[in-house]
Amino acid sequence: MDFITVTQSLFEGFAVTCLLFVFTLLFSLPLGFLISFCTMSKIKPIKAVFKVLVWIIRGVPLMLQLFIVYYLPGMLSPTGINPFGKIDNYLYFNYGIDNGGALIATLIAFVINYAAYFSEIFRGGIEAIPKGQYEAGQVLGLTKSQVFSKIVLMQVVKHIIPPISNEVITLVKDTALARVIGVIEIIKVADMFASKAIIWPLFYAGAFYLLFVGLLTVLFNYIEKKLSYYKV
Amino acid sequence: MAFLEVNNLYKSFGNAQILKGVSFQMDKGEVFSIIGSSGNGKTTLLRCLNFLETIDRGSITVNGNVILDAENGITTPHLTNRLTFGMVFQNFNLFPQYTALKNVTLAMDLNAKNRLKEQNLTSRQRKSLLKEVCQTNEETAKNLLKRVGLEEKMQHYPCQLSGGQQQRVAIARALALAPDILCFDEPTSALDPELTGEVLKVIKDLRDEGRTMLIVTHEMEFAKHVSDKIIFMADGVIEEMGAPEQVFDSPRSEKTRSFLMKAKE
Ligand SMILES: Nc1ncnc2c1ncn2[C@@H]1O[C@H](COP(=O)(O)OP(=O)(O)OP(=O)(O)O)[C@@H](O)[C@H]1O
Ligand SMILES: [Mg+2]
Repeated sequence: MDFITVTQSLFEGFAVTCLLFVFTLLFSLPLGFLISFCTMSKIKPIKAVFKVLVWIIRGVPLMLQLFIVYYLPGMLSPTGINPFGKIDNYLYFNYGIDNGGALIATLIAFVINYAAYFSEIFRGGIEAIPKGQYEAGQVLGLTKSQVFSKIVLMQVVKHIIPPISNEVITLVKDTALARVIGVIEIIKVADMFASKAIIWPLFYAGAFYLLFVGLLTVLFNYIEKKLSYYKV
Repeated sequence: MAFLEVNNLYKSFGNAQILKGVSFQMDKGEVFSIIGSSGNGKTTLLRCLNFLETIDRGSITVNGNVILDAENGITTPHLTNRLTFGMVFQNFNLFPQYTALKNVTLAMDLNAKNRLKEQNLTSRQRKSLLKEVCQTNEETAKNLLKRVGLEEKMQHYPCQLSGGQQQRVAIARALALAPDILCFDEPTSALDPELTGEVLKVIKDLRDEGRTMLIVTHEMEFAKHVSDKIIFMADGVIEEMGAPEQVFDSPRSEKTRSFLMKAKE
């Protein structure tokens, strides 16, 4: 098996990895923001429900959550047919996309899981802002939303960039879990070579991750530096 | 009628009754200092005046306008009365992500924006008006910062300023909104002793300009110097109120006397 062919195949797998990464972030960040407000809600039942949800989502292995999202709807439906299987077929016959259902199930599981983690980071960031900042804004006649957007938000962002960058880097590698429900991401591709007794593409796949994480590290360092012009 | 009338303010937190009927009156341009031992409700009183706490009973009238009147259901101020009082906090509460100048202009600009929103203007008109107002605000802010001796520090961030400088920015920030009455809550107690002077001097200058001010302080010498009247608070009420010489040199109340004795030590 020559280097070029392997590289090509790995890139195809890596495209799926990137797709998972980008869409997970795209949806889980705003969802996490919403959840953080629910876990800080003054309405007790809402707060309790979301705290329990966050506990469950953070307490169960992500791999298990993938299985649950992928299999549970089928088990609960009266026909017993897995809806993701249907999506698989639909996407394959209409668009020629392989394993589309599993990909969507993975996205759902990842978005929920990462939103839970992000929500805790947001909550920590928001709660770290001293009460005096809100009060100063209020005394100066600002509306609640102005206090949040003009005073609090920037400080929260500065607080949460390091933990967010940690999660984002973890996400890069967590995408490899998607293979357990049949998503063909880069590790799966490499593994298919391995099953033909060609092992080295597995190590080669590692380089893709390293490069990706390296780029992200540079990006986050840049953001942190941008925000270092002031101290809280 | 006095400029500021505080009538029978009550405030409790849970079961703890903190203010138990506080009443006093101030004329325009007067400076009152509030003294008293820790936990006697001095901060709570200022916070009530600045609407950071909701009063349980009582009323506040400024210049004939009823600002709060709990018995008649006015426990939050009308929009137009929200900036009647200004507040300078013990620990400054500057906004760390903005320069000294931006700290002063921010609220001016946002308030202008809020006011323009209420007027019937096209968004084009609003934008150009706002731009003009912001330019004027910047001039105002620069002048205020000059007045508190921070001409050189306008572009500095709070983390680059000393405590005394930060507190002077906070004073400029409060002045920028032209409050009728400016409140200070122990403005120097978070400062190193060598930095208190510069802040106290600014407050003295403000008195000479005729600002109406309410100052909670533990700096007895300063209070004596700067105030028209001293309010001594004990157990949630005004135990004694009078001219500085009277309160400091011949206090009528036993509680005042023992507090002053302790304060001297
Ligand atoms: N939000 C609150 N909830 C409960 N109790 C409070 C609250 N704010 C203040 N208190 C209590 O009210 C009492 C008066 O507090 P306050 O801060 O007004 O005192 P103070 O006279 O300013 O004291 P100090 O000289 O130490 O600043 C204190 O016993 C305090 O514990
Ligand atoms: Mg106090």
